[in-house]
Amino acid sequence: MLLRVEDLAATFFLDEGELRAVDGVTFEIGEGETVALVGESGCGKTIVALSILDLVPSPGRIVGGRILFRGTDLRRVTPETLRRVRGGEIGMVFQEPGAALNPVFPIGRQICEVLELHRGMTRHEADGEAIRVLGGVGIPDPEKRAKAYSFELSGGMRQRAVIAIATCTRPRLLIADEPTTALDVTVQADILDLLRDLQEDYRMATLLITHDLGVVAETADRTLVMYTGKLFETGPTDRIFDDPYHPYTNGLLRAVPSLGSGRGEPLRGIPGSVPDLLRLPAGCTFHPRCELADAECAVRFPPTRTMGPARECACYKATAT
Amino acid sequence: MISRAVGVTEGAGGPLLEVEGLRTWFPFGSRWTTRRGWVRAVDGVDLTVSRGEVLGLVGESGSGKTTLGRSVLRLIEPAEGRVALDGTDILALGQRRLRPLRRRMQIVFQDPYASLSPRLQIRRILGEPLLLYRIVAKSEIEAAVAELLRAVGLEPHFMWRYPHEMSGGQRQRIAIARALASRPDLLVADEAVSALDVSVQAQVLRILLELQRSRGIGMLFISHDLSVVERIADRVAVMYLGRIVEEAPTDDVIASPLHPYTQALLSAVPDTDPKRRRERIRLRGELPSQTEPIAGCPFASRCPEVQDVCRRDPPPALEAKRLGHLAACHFR
Repeated sequence: MLLRVEDLAATFFLDEGELRAVDGVTFEIGEGETVALVGESGCGKTIVALSILDLVPSPGRIVGGRILFRGTDLRRVTPETLRRVRGGEIGMVFQEPGAALNPVFPIGRQICEVLELHRGMTRHEADGEAIRVLGGVGIPDPEKRAKAYSFELSGGMRQRAVIAIATCTRPRLLIADEPTTALDVTVQADILDLLRDLQEDYRMATLLITHDLGVVAETADRTLVMYTGKLFETGPTDRIFDDPYHPYTNGLLRAVPSLGSGRGEPLRGIPGSVPDLLRLPAGCTFHPRCELADAECAVRFPPTRTMGPARECACYKATAT
Repeated sequence: MISRAVGVTEGAGGPLLEVEGLRTWFPFGSRWTTRRGWVRAVDGVDLTVSRGEVLGLVGESGSGKTTLGRSVLRLIEPAEGRVALDGTDILALGQRRLRPLRRRMQIVFQDPYASLSPRLQIRRILGEPLLLYRIVAKSEIEAAVAELLRAVGLEPHFMWRYPHEMSGGQRQRIAIARALASRPDLLVADEAVSALDVSVQAQVLRILLELQRSRGIGMLFISHDLSVVERIADRVAVMYLGRIVEEAPTDDVIASPLHPYTQALLSAVPDTDPKRRRERIRLRGELPSQTEPIAGCPFASRCPEVQDVCRRDPPPALEAKRLGHLAACHFR
């Protein structure tokens, strides 16, 4: 197993109280596998990603659990080891490519820095490799673009540059947090193709964080559905999309407008909205929005149950079919 | 309680909104810089919106959708063209004569965190247009605000809240209620549900559609999300580099797009259902500069079916290729 996250918990210590952003999250990612982490905004998806590399911003911190990367608990390693893993064996791509790039250095230089640091290249070697890497992520005329600054590139080209920086070390795992959300749909499709190609070439695993279920359906082997800091349902993507167990997953899928499904067909949302994490409802945190909820659901959070091959779900009402 | 009749009031007959040859250009550079000129954000757009009709306006970022939406309301001054509301050219009016027409045309913006004043209670946010346009008497404000809140699915007690005490979906409902307070005939919705989570997006979209239908409002619904537009629009106009390249009834555009750009755009939309997945058309090439006049077709640099003539001659103006299905392309 490449990555195993075990009972991860992260809390933000705010003036108003303790906000549990990630609450007992357990999942695995195999070599070369694409796993999608989905859910609405404010459900803790990004904090899971940041926790893996110990980048949770203050006043938040990891308060429990293990992060086993190739068998080593990243919470127990020295800062030097963590620095080697971060940006080396595990790469990261964020939503806003503009914010991820340094505006005062040319793109090529930012790749060289990573190559020198993580692959021990000389300045000269790195210069050549940076151009090769830029060409590899589909940036036309890489010799010229290596000298360009981020503001001289379009959004799609910027995200390609960020992906070049994140993957130039041939990481085993790429964490991509909403990598295409800020991009146009035609550009999004190109970037997803690029990620898929890189993954095949390097046998790289991907943790894809997104709220876009269409993107998930087209890219992920397995899907993790997250709500209020907890995993509600996990399993193979096609099986979850065909036949979701959790009412929340079902609600999300019903709410996605699908192109070509006909006009006028009413879209069904989920009543209410994501609760404030400081004032979570008792019992199952989804029960006030759930059409299947009864008295039991308001008392205790349901245990995670195995529902079938490789499928788990935390709901009293879910029944294996 | 309500002193003005809802819905169709003035000048029935022609379309509610008629836009002809609209151009909005932005200057760039200053007298201190060597590169000066114009960005042609909207570059010759014709469109109409009838009462009770929703025209979806789709396109990628930078295509000029937002500039077009704002130009139509004269929130940005267009360079030339005609924008007629019920036959009255609003571009020809001075500010004093324009003001009474503002009541009839409203807008909902994308970001409900930025479009509502954080200092005002909802009661004031919704009460202001009611008072400004003398929709109700001062003594009846509270009842009218309560009615607006109910119309967007919120309990009347929300009038005592501030925007920061509400979720994104609730705020966007307030933005819709505010736009509808003055009983507009025309509503521009600029990415009105794009910032919302999908579960909430569906609720807000339904409310918007219900109110549009029950009040017979003409709506220009601007969105980058084709699957959302499909749910709400009667007709769709596809915009590329400041121009409309295709326009047709929604089902026609989705089922049988004509313009190569529309075809590529539709093919790139990810789908949760593998059975509906399309063969993707890849777009190579870069967007041309919007600061120079384009000699041929604006899409020529990325078009998978480009011919010599496309680079040389501008495509024919938007014309009917099939009944009610317009496209601007040399080869369609």
